[in-house]
Amino acid sequence: MINRNPQLGKNRALQHLLTTEGLPASILRQILDTAETFMGVTEREVKKVPLLRGKSIFNLFFEPSTRTRTTFEIAAKRLSADVINLNIAVSAQSKGETLLDTVDNLSAMHADMFVVRHSQSGAAHLIAKHVQPGIHVINAGDGRHAHPTQALLDMFTIRRYKKEFHNLRVAIVGDILHSRVARSQIHALTTLGVPEVRVIAPKTLLPRQVERLGVRVYHDMRSGLRDVDVLMMLRLQKERMQGAYLPSSEEYFKYYGLTPEKLALARPNAIVMHPGPMNRGVEIDSDVADGNQSVILPQVTYGIAVRMAVMAILAGSQPSDGSI
Amino acid sequence: MQIHIKNGRLVDPKNHVDAVRDIYIADGKIQSFDTPPAGFHADRIIDASHLIVCPGLIDLSVRLREPGLEYMATLESEMNAAVAGGVTRFACPPDTDPPLDEPGLVEMLKHRARNLNQAHVYPIGALTQGLKGEHLTEMVELHDAGCIVFGQPNALLKNLRVLMQAMQYAATFGFSVWLNPQDIHLAYDGVAHDGEVATRLGLPAIPVCAETIAIANIVLLTKETHVRTHLCRISSAEGLDMVRAAKRQGLRITCDVTINHIHLSDMDIGYFDSNCHMIPPLRSFSDRDALRVGLIDGTIDAICSDHAPVDDDVKLLPFGQSEIGATGVELLLPLTLKWGLEMKRPLIEILAAITCKPAEILGIDAGYLAPDAAADICIFDPEAYWKVTPSALLSQGKNTPFLGMELPGKIRYTLVNGNIVYESDL
Repeated sequence: MINRNPQLGKNRALQHLLTTEGLPASILRQILDTAETFMGVTEREVKKVPLLRGKSIFNLFFEPSTRTRTTFEIAAKRLSADVINLNIAVSAQSKGETLLDTVDNLSAMHADMFVVRHSQSGAAHLIAKHVQPGIHVINAGDGRHAHPTQALLDMFTIRRYKKEFHNLRVAIVGDILHSRVARSQIHALTTLGVPEVRVIAPKTLLPRQVERLGVRVYHDMRSGLRDVDVLMMLRLQKERMQGAYLPSSEEYFKYYGLTPEKLALARPNAIVMHPGPMNRGVEIDSDVADGNQSVILPQVTYGIAVRMAVMAILAGSQPSDGSI
Repeated sequence: MQIHIKNGRLVDPKNHVDAVRDIYIADGKIQSFDTPPAGFHADRIIDASHLIVCPGLIDLSVRLREPGLEYMATLESEMNAAVAGGVTRFACPPDTDPPLDEPGLVEMLKHRARNLNQAHVYPIGALTQGLKGEHLTEMVELHDAGCIVFGQPNALLKNLRVLMQAMQYAATFGFSVWLNPQDIHLAYDGVAHDGEVATRLGLPAIPVCAETIAIANIVLLTKETHVRTHLCRISSAEGLDMVRAAKRQGLRITCDVTINHIHLSDMDIGYFDSNCHMIPPLRSFSDRDALRVGLIDGTIDAICSDHAPVDDDVKLLPFGQSEIGATGVELLLPLTLKWGLEMKRPLIEILAAITCKPAEILGIDAGYLAPDAAADICIFDPEAYWKVTPSALLSQGKNTPFLGMELPGKIRYTLVNGNIVYESDL
């Protein structure tokens, strides 16, 4: 059976943003370019444009999140949309309502867009398949599967600092197995033409056949970091130490934590990224996190512009050059 | 009722018969072929011209969802579905709620099934109490109540010592033990084959070694206990090689595969299609191809539907939370035929996998056509293709990865004990 890419409409325009996998480079670039136009908005005194006035955006967070939910909320408000935050983890689901029942109820309240985070891979796809045409779904993280807006803001950051993608060597370090961020980064990087994407992790934290995603696998930081232009660190969840993935955070830090010495193996002007929240002393040393190669805080700032761009494009309300 | 089935092409793998023959049925049994017995007056003549007449199909795994899970399906709906699929005998796994671990439950199920006067039902007794893997069930009592085999579905026992003792105890009384080779710790929270698809979709994975390590344990324990072992639902090429080796050693081991695993792979999960959420998981293309060949070289003995009717509500969930399984008893013949056509094998060979071979595994005297045998017969049109749609399925479960596909093989008549329990016009 033919499975049409559920993110794209008949005219190949973006209907939902569920994953960076399978999206054409032109759409990724369109999002980055649109975000660029919004950068001006976020820096001026009145940080609002009326592009989504009258639209209702529901933040559906089935899994706790502060940072991502907040940046989506700020992005929506700067576009003048009405934002409703629902922390479902502690409401309907605990009363036994199913995921799709929740979505149906909120659709009946005339939602225009859902921003969804869920602990299960595929939750955003399920909702996108279920909602009426005209309602858009943005995946704000589903299980281990995808976190496309995070990857897009990372791409935006890379482009701001490195200008081009086609001449870069990028390393993603840490818990690839459980990371939706890593998966979305890999697809975005390869689609945008980065010639060499590396993943660096112990074997317990790498999924099977990860090389089929178009990456080179390294287990040793010292060889994996050599000559890279961009280092993307991943957050290591404390739970990994409870299972048998890793013996201790100390040993992890020793072999996979990013220290100034290991960073010195990369290109001199390499940038260091992290999706947050950071575990200082576990995956990253404070000297690196706060050092002059770190772009971790700019990532957060850019995240708002990128999420504005995604919402505006989905709502079909892209700014023309003079409109903002 | 006396029935004359005329002009049909009779295909009976067990007796190596593939020829146009008439069948005369009276008193629930086949009386003769070609010439009517003395005093025969047909109450009903079935014209089976251009149709295949074969032994009633035997399915090694059909879930009726009774007792306890009636919201998913009922005995009535699934018994109807079975005969609509040409299935006249089937085994049902003990994973009901409560599990089939007490004689009373088994007797009730047998009794309810018997009253419907349709297919013969063979409940598989739970190997351990509550299927918890800690204490043995009263196997002899369960046998007296109607269980002829004992099983531990879905995952292998945590405790190999208990498993060995269960196998020893079953061997004492000559019962065979049916085991699903999947190590519970290695499978853990997995929902899909450990390969590229699970990696892309971020689905927790079940490695192939969850199956091979379980098979290794089962093979060694079979050697140790001399029990007759049946491996339910094999899924990997590596597992298959181990079964092949065990059979070569002369161990009394048989195994089956599902209609899903000989046609589908993890690629079919597509964008999180929860109809493809199965245990064991759909594995890679090469695993699937090996299973298709394993059936032909005899490593795999039988094909089953692993029928699992599931309510829509519990399928419309994120993949990992969705209920496991697919409806299938009505697809057993079509998907077996499809496999046979694709492998270019003769009908008589492929029908063995759903007639005489599963009968041998169950240890029942059935699955063939002969004078004096019960008139359990399936008559189907091998040329007719039909589209799998929710309304075309009698099962209460409409969930299957094959929805929308055109499949060969339309059941025209199903007979159980000489009664026509299902018929369709076209």
